[in-house]
Amino acid sequence: MALEVKIEKQLPEFALNVAFHADDGAPLSVLGPSGSGKTMLLRCIAGLERPDRGRVVLGERVLLDTGQKIRVPARSRKVGLLFQHYALFPHRTVLENINFAARALPKNDRERRITEVILRTHISGLEHRYPRELSGGEQQRVALARALATDPEALLLDEPLSALDAHLRGQIEAQLQETFAEYKRPTLLVTHNIEEAYRLCDQLLVLSRGHVAAFGPKQEIFERPPTVQVARLTGCKNFSKVKVVAPCEIEALDWGCRLHVPQPKEKAAFVGIRAHHVDFAEAALPGASTENTFPCWLVRSSETPFRITLFLKLHAPPNGDSPEFHLQAEVFKEKWERFRDEPMPWHVRLSPTALFLTPE
Amino acid sequence: MDWSPVWISLATSVTATLITMVFGLAAAAWRERHNGPLMAFVDGICLLPLVLPPTVVGFFLLLFLGHNGPFGKLLAKYEVTILFTWPATVIAAAVVSFPLMYLTARAALEQVDPHFVQAARTLGASEWRVFWEVALPLAWPGVLAGTILSFARALGEFGATLMLAGNIPGKTATIPIAIYFAVEGDDIKRALAWCAVDVGISLILLAALYSWTHTRGPARWARR
Repeated sequence: MALEVKIEKQLPEFALNVAFHADDGAPLSVLGPSGSGKTMLLRCIAGLERPDRGRVVLGERVLLDTGQKIRVPARSRKVGLLFQHYALFPHRTVLENINFAARALPKNDRERRITEVILRTHISGLEHRYPRELSGGEQQRVALARALATDPEALLLDEPLSALDAHLRGQIEAQLQETFAEYKRPTLLVTHNIEEAYRLCDQLLVLSRGHVAAFGPKQEIFERPPTVQVARLTGCKNFSKVKVVAPCEIEALDWGCRLHVPQPKEKAAFVGIRAHHVDFAEAALPGASTENTFPCWLVRSSETPFRITLFLKLHAPPNGDSPEFHLQAEVFKEKWERFRDEPMPWHVRLSPTALFLTPE
Repeated sequence: MDWSPVWISLATSVTATLITMVFGLAAAAWRERHNGPLMAFVDGICLLPLVLPPTVVGFFLLLFLGHNGPFGKLLAKYEVTILFTWPATVIAAAVVSFPLMYLTARAALEQVDPHFVQAARTLGASEWRVFWEVALPLAWPGVLAGTILSFARALGEFGATLMLAGNIPGKTATIPIAIYFAVEGDDIKRALAWCAVDVGISLILLAALYSWTHTRGPARWARR
C-alpha cells in the first residue's frame, strides 16, 4: 500500500502546495519550522480540512480528488491521526477511549484488537484511569493505542513528542520506533525537531512556507542538501557564496579562501559545512597536511551540557569588522579542553568530504 | 386550601422543559454545523421569545392556534382544541423558555474543544455518535444549566399562559396565575402563601444550578 498526496490550499500567509508519496515500511518525516504548513497538511490528508485542489490516494482508495469532486469524509478514510495534544476524551477512561475507536471494526475483531494495542503500546494497568490521571508519556501511549485501535491504513503523527518533558522523549521515541517497525503501513510524522526526524524516519520531506524544499532518503538530504535553504532547515550553520576556479577548486567568497572540493558541480553557487564537521588541525605538527586549513581566532562561544559551539573568524583576529565571524564549529567539550589554552590562531580544517555544494 | 396550582405548575414546567430540551438541543446542534448569512435571522427568531413581552408571545400563539389560525384550523378538523386547556399552559411555557435552552446549549457546545470532535471523526465515528458520545457529554454541564434555567423560566411564566390558557382552576391555573387572581380577589393571605411556594421552588432550583456549575469542567472526570 502507498499513500499518494497532492494538495493545494491557500493559507493566510502563503499557499500550501505539496506533492509526495509515502510507502509501506518507510516512515516519512515532514520537517519544517513552525508555521510552515505541516499540521495543515496532515489535517488535509485526514479529512479535517478542505484543500482548494488536490488528490489523495491510499492504496486503491481515492480519498480526495477535487477534479472528480470526491471527498471521503474523515470517518471513512481509515487514516489514524495522533493529535499534538492527544485529544483523549476526558470523560472516558483509557479503555473507553480505545473502545470508542474499536467500534470502527467488525464486532468479532474488536476484543482481539483492543487487547493487542494495549499490549503493544505497553499501557496495561491503565485501562480504568481517566486521561487526567495519566502522565504525559502515558497519555501519548494511550493516544497511540487509540489511533491504532481502528486498524488504520495510514498513520499520521503531529509533533508526537513536543508536549513531553525531555527525559521522557527518548523513552517514547524508542516506543514509536517499535510501533513504526511493527506497523509497516504509510506513516507520516510531522516535527520541527531535526534529530527526531532523522532518528525516527527513513524518508524526509522538508517543508518551507508551504512548498516541498526537499524530499527523499534522509541520508541523501543531510549529506547533499539540494539548496542552501534545505541545508539551513536541516540544521547546517555555515554557508558561503562560491566561484568555481578550477575543476576541483572553488573560491569561497564569504569566507575569503580557496577550497579543494571532491566533485564540483557545474552550477555550484554555495558551499556549506555542518558545524560538527569543522575540524581543528594540529597545525603545530610539521609536515601535517595544509589542505583546506586556515588560521582562525575565537570570537565567542556558547555552551550546551556536552558540547560547545565556537564562533570563529578566519585569517585575521577579530577587530569589530563585519562579518563578526565566518564559521560555527561544534565540538565535544573533552576535545575543546585539549586546545582551549593553546595560543591563537588555531587552525581549522574544512575536509573536502565534509563540504557540500549547492546550485542555489 | 386547593393545592392544584402547585401540581399544575410542576406538571406544566416539567413537560415544557422536556419539550424545550429536545427542541433547544436539536436547534443548537443544527446551528453549530450551519453557518451563513441567513443564520443571524435563525438566531433572532430563536431568541425573540426572550425579549418580547410574554403577552405579545401569547397573542401570537393565540392567533396561530385559534380557530381561525393556520394550525388551529388543522386541529379543528380533528376536533382538537388547545386554547384554554392544560396543553396550552405547556405550549406557552415551552415557547418562552426555549431561548434560554437554545442559548446555553449553543454556548456549551461551542466551548467543547474542536479537537475532541475531530479526533472522534478520524476514529471512524458517525456524526450521530460524535454528538451523543463526545460533544454532548462534554457540553453536559452547560446543557444541564440551560435545562434548569428553562425549568425556572417555565415555572414563572405568566403573561403568555394567561393569554393562551386563561384561569381555569384545577386545569390551567398555575401558581403565578393563582397569585394574580388571589391579589385581584383581595385574598392577600392566599397570594402570600403561593408567593412563598414559588420563591421556595425557585431558590432550590437556582441553588442546584450553582452547585452544578461550580463542579463543571475536567475536575468532574477525575477518579471517582
